[in-house]
Order: sequence, then structure tokens, then C-alpha cells
Amino acid sequence: MSSLPAPASDESPAEAALVARLRAGEEAAFAELVKAQGGRLLAVAQRMLRNEEDARDAVQDAFLSAFRALDRFDGAARLSTWLHRIVVNAALMKLRTRRRKPESSIEELLPTFLEDGHAAQPSVPWRDASEGELDRRETRELVRRSIDALPETYRTILLLRDVEELDTGEAARLLGVTTNAAKTRLHRARQALRALLDPHLREGGAP
Amino acid sequence: MSRPLPTCREIFAFLADYLDDALGAEERVAFERHLSVCPACVAYLDGYRETIRLAREALADGAEVTPPEVPDELVSAILRSRNS
Repeated sequence: MSSLPAPASDESPAEAALVARLRAGEEAAFAELVKAQGGRLLAVAQRMLRNEEDARDAVQDAFLSAFRALDRFDGAARLSTWLHRIVVNAALMKLRTRRRKPESSIEELLPTFLEDGHAAQPSVPWRDASEGELDRRETRELVRRSIDALPETYRTILLLRDVEELDTGEAARLLGVTTNAAKTRLHRARQALRALLDPHLREGGAP
Repeated sequence: MSRPLPTCREIFAFLADYLDDALGAEERVAFERHLSVCPACVAYLDGYRETIRLAREALADGAEVTPPEVPDELVSAILRSRNS
């Protein structure tokens, strides 16, 4: 019986061998996969869900979905990329089932304009935030806090697109919105995050 | 005849497309002509680009947030649930 497709060019021989063992139901292969990929997937789920227990649940759900879908893994993407998409989706499902809090408005973080189309508050350049280890660490903390302060809808699209590096079409599909809606949402999320960072990073601003 | 310069409002609206290289040639020229005379929009664009970079740097793998290994009990739970 030749049910296994030939490995695609993107698939390394080691990966193709692992996939074959998984499809053959070899217990050790499953343990190998979970140990090799689990930590990275857990990190993805943790940053999306910000809750250890939910993150573990999402990773478990993701692996179970992946095991069930092994026959559909065609080797066109790397196994790690494929699993990454599955855990992102599992985390999104988890986010959806959480009790929805009313979201705060993002409007006050968006730029405003005068009638003639000029920005109401002209922007000033930012200082270099990558100088020195201490500064870099503090900036990372500031950025994490600021991302967490975004309304959930905007935080999610920013993570999918700018951190997890999904393309806009794929992020839109996972969120169940049009590509244009995802683009608009992402743009607003970036603008809001920029506004939160601005007082700290503008030249001559607060450290 | 060249088209009138876009306003700051239009520049802000098309920032993401500009960075994604998704503007048409003519729009791009107009966009860059505005930037050449508007330091405030240049500052906004630079900060917008930096925001994207900082978000990635703060959260993406490698930013000291990745647990090195998946906890043993989670491995066991996953393997158990596969067999249940």
C-alpha cells in the first residue's frame, strides 16, 4: 500500500522520517515530536493567552488536532510551521471561549487631524531605544506592558501579524474577518501601540 | 501635470501599504513627495516602523520568553490523551 506521499522538497529527510514514524503510530515518535516542539508552541500560546493553564490546554488541543490531521500534512510547509499555525488557531479558539469583557475604545489612541488634513499634533522623532542592555530590557518591558494594554481584538491581530508573522490573509481567515477588515484593524493596533510608546520614546520624553 | 500633494491624513492612512510596498507607482511618488517636505510625517512613519520592530523584539521567540523545554507533565498529558 502506498498511502504515504513523497516528501516535498521543503521537507528535510529527518522530518520526512519522523512524519512516517508518526503516521505508523510509533509511540516514541509522538513523544519526540512533543518534546522537540512543545516548548516553542507553549511560548506561542502563553503570549497569546497570558495564562499558563489556558496555554497548556491550547498546546494539548493543538497536538491532538495535529495527530488527527497527520494524514493531511503534505510536507509543503515545515512540520514546525504547520504546528505553529495549529497552536495559533487553538489559542484563538480558547480566546473566543473566554468570557468576553466589554472592550475599551481604541479611538483616543488614534491620531487626529485638523480640517485641512494636517496632523493635530505633529510627531517628533524617537530616540534610539536599542542603546545599552539596560535600556533594551526596559524598552522590552515597556513594549510588553503597552501591548497588554491594547483592547483584546487589537492585541490579537498585532500578535498574529507582527509577532507570529502570519500574513494578513491567513490572520483574517483565522479570525473570520475579511482581509480588508484585518488590515484596518492591524493598522489601528499599530497606531495605538505607537501612541502608547510615544511619550516614553520621543526625544526628550520620559525615560 | 502632477497631482496635488496628499495630506498628512492621507499619509497616515496609507502607511501600512507604503511599508508593504503595496502602493501604485504614482501613489508612491506622491507619498514620498509629501515626506520630503513634512518632517512630522517622517517622524510618525519612523515611529510606526519602530513600533512593529519593537513588538516583534519584545515578544517573539528569542526574546528570553521561550521556556527551554515543555514540562514533563504536559508531555505525559498529551501522550495520554492521544491514547484515550
